[in-house]
Amino acid sequence: MIEPVAPSSRPAREVAARMDFPIFHLDFFGNRLLIAVIASLHVLINHALAVGALPLVTLLEWRGWRRGDEGWDRLARRILFTCFVITTSLGALTGVGIWLSTSLVNPAAIGSLIRVFFWAWFFEWLVFVSEVVLILAYFLTWEGWGRRHKPLHIGLGAALSLCSWLTMAVIVAILGFQMDTGVWTIDPGFRTALLNPVYLPQLLFRTPFAMVTAGLFVLLLLFFFTARGSDLRARAVRFVSTWTLAWTPLWLVGALVYWHVVPAAMRDNLPVALGTLQFESWHVWLVRLIAAAVALLLLLALWGAAAPRRLPAVALLLPCVLSLWVLSYFERVREFVRKPDVIAVYMYSNAIRHADYALLGEQGLLAQATYTSVRDIDDGNRLEAGREMFRIACTRCHTTSGNNGVLAKLARLYGWTEWDPEALRTYLRSMHNARPFMPPVPGTDAELAALADYLIALRDQPQPLPGAQTAGVAGLAP
Amino acid sequence: MDIAAGLPIPRDIPLPLPADPVLLQALLVMLFLVHILFVCLMVGGSLIVLAAEIAGRRRPDFDNLAREVVKTITVNKSLAVVLGVGPLLAINVFYTVYFYSANALTGAAWISIVPLVTAAFLAAYAHKYSWDRLAGAKGLHIALGAFSSLLFLLIPFIFLSNINLMLFPAQWPRVHGFFSALLLPNVIPRYLHFLLASVAIAALFLAAYFGRPGFPVEEKFTTLDRPVLRRIFYSTALVASLGQLLVGPLVLLSLPRQGMSWYLLLVVAVGVSFGVSAMVMMWREIVAPCRTPNRRFLSIFSLITLTAFAMGYGRHVYRENAIDDHRRLMAEKTREYGWAVAAAQWRAAQGIAQVQMPPGEKIFSNTCAACHAVDRVLVGPSLQEIAQLYRADPEGIVRWASNPGKKRQGFPQMPAFRMGEQKLRAAADYMIQLGTGNAPAAAPGQGAAPAPAQGAQQG
Repeated sequence: MIEPVAPSSRPAREVAARMDFPIFHLDFFGNRLLIAVIASLHVLINHALAVGALPLVTLLEWRGWRRGDEGWDRLARRILFTCFVITTSLGALTGVGIWLSTSLVNPAAIGSLIRVFFWAWFFEWLVFVSEVVLILAYFLTWEGWGRRHKPLHIGLGAALSLCSWLTMAVIVAILGFQMDTGVWTIDPGFRTALLNPVYLPQLLFRTPFAMVTAGLFVLLLLFFFTARGSDLRARAVRFVSTWTLAWTPLWLVGALVYWHVVPAAMRDNLPVALGTLQFESWHVWLVRLIAAAVALLLLLALWGAAAPRRLPAVALLLPCVLSLWVLSYFERVREFVRKPDVIAVYMYSNAIRHADYALLGEQGLLAQATYTSVRDIDDGNRLEAGREMFRIACTRCHTTSGNNGVLAKLARLYGWTEWDPEALRTYLRSMHNARPFMPPVPGTDAELAALADYLIALRDQPQPLPGAQTAGVAGLAP
Repeated sequence: MDIAAGLPIPRDIPLPLPADPVLLQALLVMLFLVHILFVCLMVGGSLIVLAAEIAGRRRPDFDNLAREVVKTITVNKSLAVVLGVGPLLAINVFYTVYFYSANALTGAAWISIVPLVTAAFLAAYAHKYSWDRLAGAKGLHIALGAFSSLLFLLIPFIFLSNINLMLFPAQWPRVHGFFSALLLPNVIPRYLHFLLASVAIAALFLAAYFGRPGFPVEEKFTTLDRPVLRRIFYSTALVASLGQLLVGPLVLLSLPRQGMSWYLLLVVAVGVSFGVSAMVMMWREIVAPCRTPNRRFLSIFSLITLTAFAMGYGRHVYRENAIDDHRRLMAEKTREYGWAVAAAQWRAAQGIAQVQMPPGEKIFSNTCAACHAVDRVLVGPSLQEIAQLYRADPEGIVRWASNPGKKRQGFPQMPAFRMGEQKLRAAADYMIQLGTGNAPAAAPGQGAAPAPAQGAQQG
């Protein structure tokens, strides 16, 4: 048990709140993992099965039509069917899921971004609606109208491919903007987002990457959709391998440009030199990963193009896994650059604005919080106050003892034995200098001391911290 | 002080809205109506498919009917989701604090929308595309359809509990998770209201779908013909609409007081009169002689559209009424807070200008002190130890700090600090002074200009 938490007049109940929104918190998985899982799934489906696969399917259909090959046409339709089912269910829902999860985890940040990017997102939504309408039309008219008017149907596929790429192009602009330091305060608009230095390199990297992963995915499907040893399989494997082979050098070019342009642009965003080191070590890894993936892909695509009959399905699994890895690593590095901010030079990852720090340091985080069971710290409520501090200032990224747990982080510094309150306080006060990806701890010295005491008590007796989704916001200190 | 104890008054997002509030509200109401239209077609349609497929076990033509209806659901459900993003954006931007607070309080259920709807869609696809393959195992096939229908029936509870909860900040401190939000007054009546609307809208849509001249009735069905189909769907729509006359008053009476107004009642009354006129038309269409074409459809469609507009607008009027007072208090608090923040920033700027800490001390306490204390091991070695090593060679500290290696087992490696040689040297000198016990007791006034504040205090 954490020390007696009995505020004088009200019953001792669990309270879950953040500054101005009730605090959603997953104390085992961690909030970031929720977003990461949903977003990675979405990006992967979007890149491989929509942006990349749709032009490939269109191309396959065109080729089948030119050659009057019925079997080829049916194969293209089956591939589209797979993409259609996955993109309109898991793909669409994880897209909505990014909205739902980010606004659960950091409503203040999303609420701020949406005020600035409303029309950009609105435009993206219109493109997205067109994309869904077109994929419905493309797939559902394949057999009827599409058979009678094949060139038009192929044109529909091309329009769909373009729309799909546009959706990605718009969202990448918004992503890039979030990393462009300082612009937020000067000219927060979509035009600046398109002009930000990270935008074109990102697009140049993502586009061929989508094409390549789509090639891999379709190759994998071919092994299910065609008979072993059949002529159709050999021709299809050769065709898709050539597609992959053609895009791989472009991907390499995109990666090189990204490598040359982006680190400089990103380094400029990093507030402290120390972050640069961390970033560079990650970046070197990213480059190695990409190099390995490109080499493997080239090898595989060459094999598929030269000797399609001998290409085993298992050989495709490794590059599939590697591509997934490259993508998640890419997104992770991209996200890292943002730290310690969630919106560059405006709001820290803990959802507190830079501008708020002076007031919070003077009057206290708890004093200014909407939902908290403690405002004034005394000897009886120190640990409860510390818990509220932790909930408000730390839980957007950290759990108590789960994923990215605070106890394990501190144990790496101090071990699991005695923690010295004085040392912990000193550390918390200046942590953001030694670890530049961390925001400063907001609040007064007394609040910081309460937080340190809470963390020590937590280490002695770990106790999970429930989020508002189960515990509610039962306490509103007067 | 808050007007009522227990009423949370949060602060709003301190950024301007991206457009005129009236435009945003109009956008929200219109986009929501389009979204909910397709949701109704999806939910109502899948219930109708289920009923028709079960009836099809006795009369094979109903199985054919179910199969025709299921085709429309593929399109309607995809549009329902994608058209939901528009109103989601609009409600996020216009009711940020209200919507997000309700989301967080029902967070587990709210995020479950993603897997639940995905599962419902995949089950619906499996159901649609296994019609022939599972013809021999009809029970299983019906169960598949029933499973996706069940999910479609459950998911609206999550949405309804959220958009209800967002209107009543006074309830927020009392809510503990999704189920307690579900039990607030008005959620269940509204759910029934929605369900009946779904069936009615889907049935009307199908009356038009099968009634259109281009639909090859003779080709698709053996016993069902146009008049029979028309009668089936208009009857379904009429029964569901009559149900609204029972559920509607329940919805109205269970609405909490704070959103009610005479104007709202007027809007609802107008909507009801459109709805009742539509019902009369439906009745006429049902009892009309068999051979007459579906000529009242356009009038019925227009009347139902007007009903939907009136109800959608009424819903918005209630929402605005319900949060009006709270929003005013919130705006006031946001404004006050903005002033307080600006004042504190000004004071902090003044304060910083007065502090004359020497650069070495400042850098040490801001950066190095996290791990190094004077006389004991914190994370790294003590200053006394460091001073012994580097007393004659402060540059050694600079070299080490800008590119540290790993010396001590069981200690975390020190991160590199590249703040520039000058600053590091100042810190190194200060550390040696402290470690040898020669700390300058009174620093103020010594340093010329303080080092620029790092990190947080920058903004």
